[in-house]
Parts: sequence; C-alpha cells; structure tokens
Amino acid sequence: MLLKISDLHVSVGGRQILKGINLEVRAGEVHAIMGPNGSGKSTLAQVLAGREDYEVTGGSVSFEGRDLLALPAEERARAGFFLGFQYPVEIPGVNNVYLLKAALNAKRKAAGLAEVDAYEFLALIRQKMKFMQMSEAFLSRGVNEGFSGGEKKRNEILQMLVLEPKLAILDETDSGLDIDALKIVSKGVNSLRDPARAVVLVTHYQRLLDYVAPDQVHVLAGGRILKSGDKSLALELEQRGYDWLLESAVA
Amino acid sequence: MSGKSQDVEALLGQKYRHGFVTDIESDSLPPGLDEGVVAAISRIKGEPQFLLDWRLKSYRHWLTMQEPTWARVHYKPIDYQDISYYSAPKAPANAPKSLDEVDPKLLATYAKLGIPLHERARLAGVAVDAVFDSVSVATTFKDKLSKAGVIFCSFSDAVRNHPELIERYLGSVVPAADNYFAALNSAVFSDGSFVYVPPGVRCPMELSTYFRINAAKTGQFERTLIIAAEAAQVSYLEGCTAPMRDENQLHAAVVELVALDDAQIKYSTVQNWYPGDENGLGGIYNFVTKRGECRGRNSKISWTQVETGSAITWKYPSCVLKGDGSVGEFYSVAVANNYQQADTGTKMIHIGRNTRSTIVSKGISAGHAENTYRGLVKVLPGADGARNFTQCDSLLMGSKCAAHTFPYMEVRNPSATVEHEASTSKIGEDQLFYCLQRGISAEDAVNMIVSGFCKVVFKELPMEFAVEAQNLLSVSLEGAVG
Repeated sequence: MLLKISDLHVSVGGRQILKGINLEVRAGEVHAIMGPNGSGKSTLAQVLAGREDYEVTGGSVSFEGRDLLALPAEERARAGFFLGFQYPVEIPGVNNVYLLKAALNAKRKAAGLAEVDAYEFLALIRQKMKFMQMSEAFLSRGVNEGFSGGEKKRNEILQMLVLEPKLAILDETDSGLDIDALKIVSKGVNSLRDPARAVVLVTHYQRLLDYVAPDQVHVLAGGRILKSGDKSLALELEQRGYDWLLESAVA
Repeated sequence: MSGKSQDVEALLGQKYRHGFVTDIESDSLPPGLDEGVVAAISRIKGEPQFLLDWRLKSYRHWLTMQEPTWARVHYKPIDYQDISYYSAPKAPANAPKSLDEVDPKLLATYAKLGIPLHERARLAGVAVDAVFDSVSVATTFKDKLSKAGVIFCSFSDAVRNHPELIERYLGSVVPAADNYFAALNSAVFSDGSFVYVPPGVRCPMELSTYFRINAAKTGQFERTLIIAAEAAQVSYLEGCTAPMRDENQLHAAVVELVALDDAQIKYSTVQNWYPGDENGLGGIYNFVTKRGECRGRNSKISWTQVETGSAITWKYPSCVLKGDGSVGEFYSVAVANNYQQADTGTKMIHIGRNTRSTIVSKGISAGHAENTYRGLVKVLPGADGARNFTQCDSLLMGSKCAAHTFPYMEVRNPSATVEHEASTSKIGEDQLFYCLQRGISAEDAVNMIVSGFCKVVFKELPMEFAVEAQNLLSVSLEGAVG
C-alpha cells in the first residue's frame, strides 16, 4: 500500500473540515477526488503535504508504511510525495531552473545519490520542457513570476516530471486550462503512470478524466468520502451533479 | 507556522564566524582625546603643517558640536575619552616593502577571513590595500597601476608623496564641520586609502580594501579619498569583518569621491562587522559619512552596498550632482538581525541641469532588529530637467522586527520628475511552503527567497563581491522565516 489514510480528522482555526477520511491508494493507480466547493478537497491535499496551519485532530496516514504526518514537509517531499498546487506561488527574483535544481538535489541527497551538475540538469530540464511544450524563455524567468494561470499549471507538471515522485496529488491542476493546455498537462500526467507510482487528481471536472482515465473515483463532501466507484461514477456526477449524493447522505 | 518560527529563531542565533583576535602587540596611544592626542597622531605619521592645522581646526569644531540624535537608533552614550585613537601593528622601523616582510600572523588572519591576499587577489585581478587596525601593511599590484598612471596607496603614503592632491581635495566633499562624526574623523583619522585616476585613464583593475578592527577599545577612523579626473573610470571595492569583542567599538569613517568631467566612479561595499550577539551585547557602532561629488559634466557616481554587520549602522552614501548631466546611483541591501539597528539610505542633491539619480533600497529585518531607510532627494532651483527614481522595499522575517521608511523630498524646480515606490512584505508562508514541498530545507528556501529579493542590487556588484555578498546573506539570515 502506497498511501493509507485512516479516519483522518482535520480542523482549521477550530473548525472541523475533514471528519473521518478513509482512502487507500496502491502503486500503479490513478484516483480522482471530486466534490463540491468547500468540501475539504484542498484541505486534504495540503494536510498530506505538511502544511502547518492545519491541525490533525484524529486518524493516521501512512506512506509506504511510514507515518507521513510525523515527517516535516520537506522530508515528505524527499520521500517522493508531490503536491501540484492549485495556486502556485510567485517567488520574484528566484530563477525557475535554480529552484528546480535545488529541489532535485535535495531529493537526491536524501536518497544518498550524487547531486546533478548544472550541465546534466540543463539537459534534463530541456528534454522535459520540450515534452511539456514550454518555451526556452522559461529557463531565465523567476519562479512563476508573471506566468499566466495555464503556464503556472504547466510548470507544476514540469516540476513533477523532473522530481519523479512516487505519489503526486494534483490539486485542481486542470482548472483554468484551455483544451490544448489540458491535453499537454494530461500527457504529462500519463507519462508518469507507472506500476511503481500513483497519482491522485483533485478536480471539479470530468473533462480531465477523459484524458487521464482514473482507476477509482471518490466523492468528497462535507469532510467525508460519500461514495467511491470506478470512472463511470465521474460520468454520473457530470450528469446528475452532487445533490443526489448529499441528500442520500443526509437521509 | 508558530512551531517552525521557534526553530527558525534558534537558527538565527548563528555565531559570528569571524570572531577571533590575532595576538599581535599593538603600538597604541593611551585612551583619551585632547589637542595633544591630535597632534601626536599627526607627529607619529610625520604629517605636513597644513594637515596638522586641519586636524586641530576639525577637533576644535567637533568640541562645539552635539552628537546627532535624529536617527532611529538607540545606544548607550559613547565615552570618547575611553577610546584609544591610535594603534598600529608593531613593525620593524620601516614598513614592509612586500608581502614577504609582512607578519605571518597577520597574513594568517586574512586567510581565516577568507582573504588569501597573495593568491586569490592576484587570480581575481584585484589590488588589495589591506588595512589592519590603522596602518596599511601590504599593497599589491602597484606596478601595473603605476604604469597606467593610477595612484592607489594608503592615505599616509599619499600625504607623504602627493601632498598637493591631499591639500586640494581633502574635505572638499565632506567638510570637516559637516557632521559630528565627520568632524571627529577629520581630527583623528589614522589611515585609509587614496586613489587618483588621471585624465582619460580607465583603471585596469578593480581596487579593493579590506578593513579590520582588531585591538580592543580602538576606535577606527579611516579616511578614503578617490579622485577620478576627466573621463577617468574606476571601480573600488571595500569589504570588512571584525573579531568578536564584548565592548562596543566605535567606527567613524569618511569617504570622499570626486568625479570630474565625464568621469565614473563605482564604489561597492560589503560590510560584515561584528553585529553583537543574539542578546544585543557588543558589536560595532558604525557611523560613516560617505559622499561623492559629481563635480564635472556628465560624470557618474554609483554606490552599491551590502550591509549585514554592525550593532548600529548610521550611513547615508550620497551624491552631489553638480555637473550638468551627471548621474548618481545608490543600490543598497541592508540586513538587520537579532538586536541590530540600521538607519541607512542616501541623499541625492540635484544642482546641475538634467541630472539623474536612481535609488534602490532593499531592507531585510529579522529577530528584534530595527531597519530604517532614510533618504533625501533634493532638487535645487537650477536643476532643470532633473529626474529621480526611488524604490524602497522591505522584507520582514518574524513578528518582532520592524522596518521604517523615511523618504524626504525637496523639489524646488517645476521641471523635475521625482518618482517613489515602496513596499513592505513578509516572507510569505506560501512561498516557504512551496519550497518545502519541493524538498528544499527551510534555510535554503529563505536564502533563495532573500537572494531573489536582493537580486537587482547584487547584479550591480562586481562579480567576486556578488558571490561574497550572497554568502554573507546566507550566514546572516540562516533559517529566518516568519
């Protein structure tokens, strides 16, 4: 089991957001988490990544058998946990390539591997950028500085491809993308599919799932997973919305 | 992120790396200051009468002045009678003529500071006029410079060998009566550097001086004078560190720059004097007067400073833009951590027509520090078409530090354009978390974010200093987050 979330309770500023999440993700799988606004999807992603503003009030999370919640954020990342941010932040004056090289080397160092030098790294990132159809100009720009929404999301996927995580959670990476960008992002995600890795897609829309077919779909609402199923569940949600699920949960 | 801030504040308490004292016998005057001491300094140095007269006049004026209190800095009163105004490393009767003659302990000290005088300096093509305490001990690259006609020597040598230049230019930019600390310096300055670049000459290398305060309770009073004659160009680098001491040490330097027609002077500083410990004990009091005069047409003076050290910094490198079409620039990164207090900025005085000035100030505050930008842009009635652009940004780390901005503007010419932009931000938790989530440690992340913030200033520094500045920043702010 790559990721096992058991009865996870989380509150923010005294307000209970997650009220007992259970989720198991095996290597090789792609999961989609869907649900209405404010249901706790982003909270789940942030808590798993190690954001400290969130208080875990109950439950546990294991990642490859380790207690994920006991690790600081940077160690989770080095262990192979990646979060694709919903709103990637700008860091003015810090070069994209510099950040990504530091990230890769931090991970390699933690794994007892030698650091990559500047030339090797440049060759690697050029190859990945070509795959993601990003322009060379990206190399000299600051981290997400002046990027459009679509460029920021594409940059998240680029980082994921360079860092090759075991588990990637992509928080609404498809939001704000036009259809061409969506295809490129999907291509990036699919290229990471591999028997040793898993991807969790947090999304509002079925259309991403047309390009990245999930093994399982979960509906998160009111801080709980109300229903899980295969990809046909996503299609059903697209047609019927969430209300029928919420009503049956209340009943 | 409160749990994190605690760890981070522990990390901030990183010990000062250059805190050691070299065991060399010092040749010092006993503490105290009167006309006899002023005369003794002049006598020890074998100075001509005009200089003794100038010192005494400065001293008498200083006695009539009050220590300024307008800066946002707080410190215990300085006992000027408790300071020794002269100390020199004990040397043979004659000063060393080459590095071979320099006390090996002294050279070892420089090595500890990461300044391998004879190797790295040569490789980097940098001439080093090293000031240890108050007397210059080694000067390199003299030949190459003298072939180009450039005079680069200690202030004392300049007094001996070029008294006419000293008499003509000394105090012509910063008059002895300019301010309290400048007057004190004018009375008791011991040594410093002198540069003269003749007309049409572009100085063939970067010039560099490393200052160091060593003997206990010895105030250090450098005097630097740089003259770029018509169409001359020179880039001067100054960097400094000091050993750890409990007593506060006073430092009151004066730097004067003169740029004649079409001349350019670039003056860069990396200042890393002992800032005091994490409780605010000790540290250097740095009261410096730095001013450049663009005396000639289309001349240019550019100040770049990276200030990370000292318990108290009181420093306003300024440009007097007299010549028509002259240009003044000020690029500054000021870091204040723990209990450091920095009140720094610049003055741009527009006198000539079509004069231009640019001010870019980046203040970083952490711990309990106070960081103040204080700048004056003054446009006089004759300065038709004068232009200024000012940008002041402050970055806060943690919740106990403070940043202040005091931009003064006096515009007395309607054709002038003066622009000011200012911002204050905290190191964002979002930025930090983003880096952490990519596996980057908190210290590296902060260094990265801070370097990005300072980038526009760093790129004004000569290459070798840019690297040093980056390292300094890492040491000064390791782990600082808010």
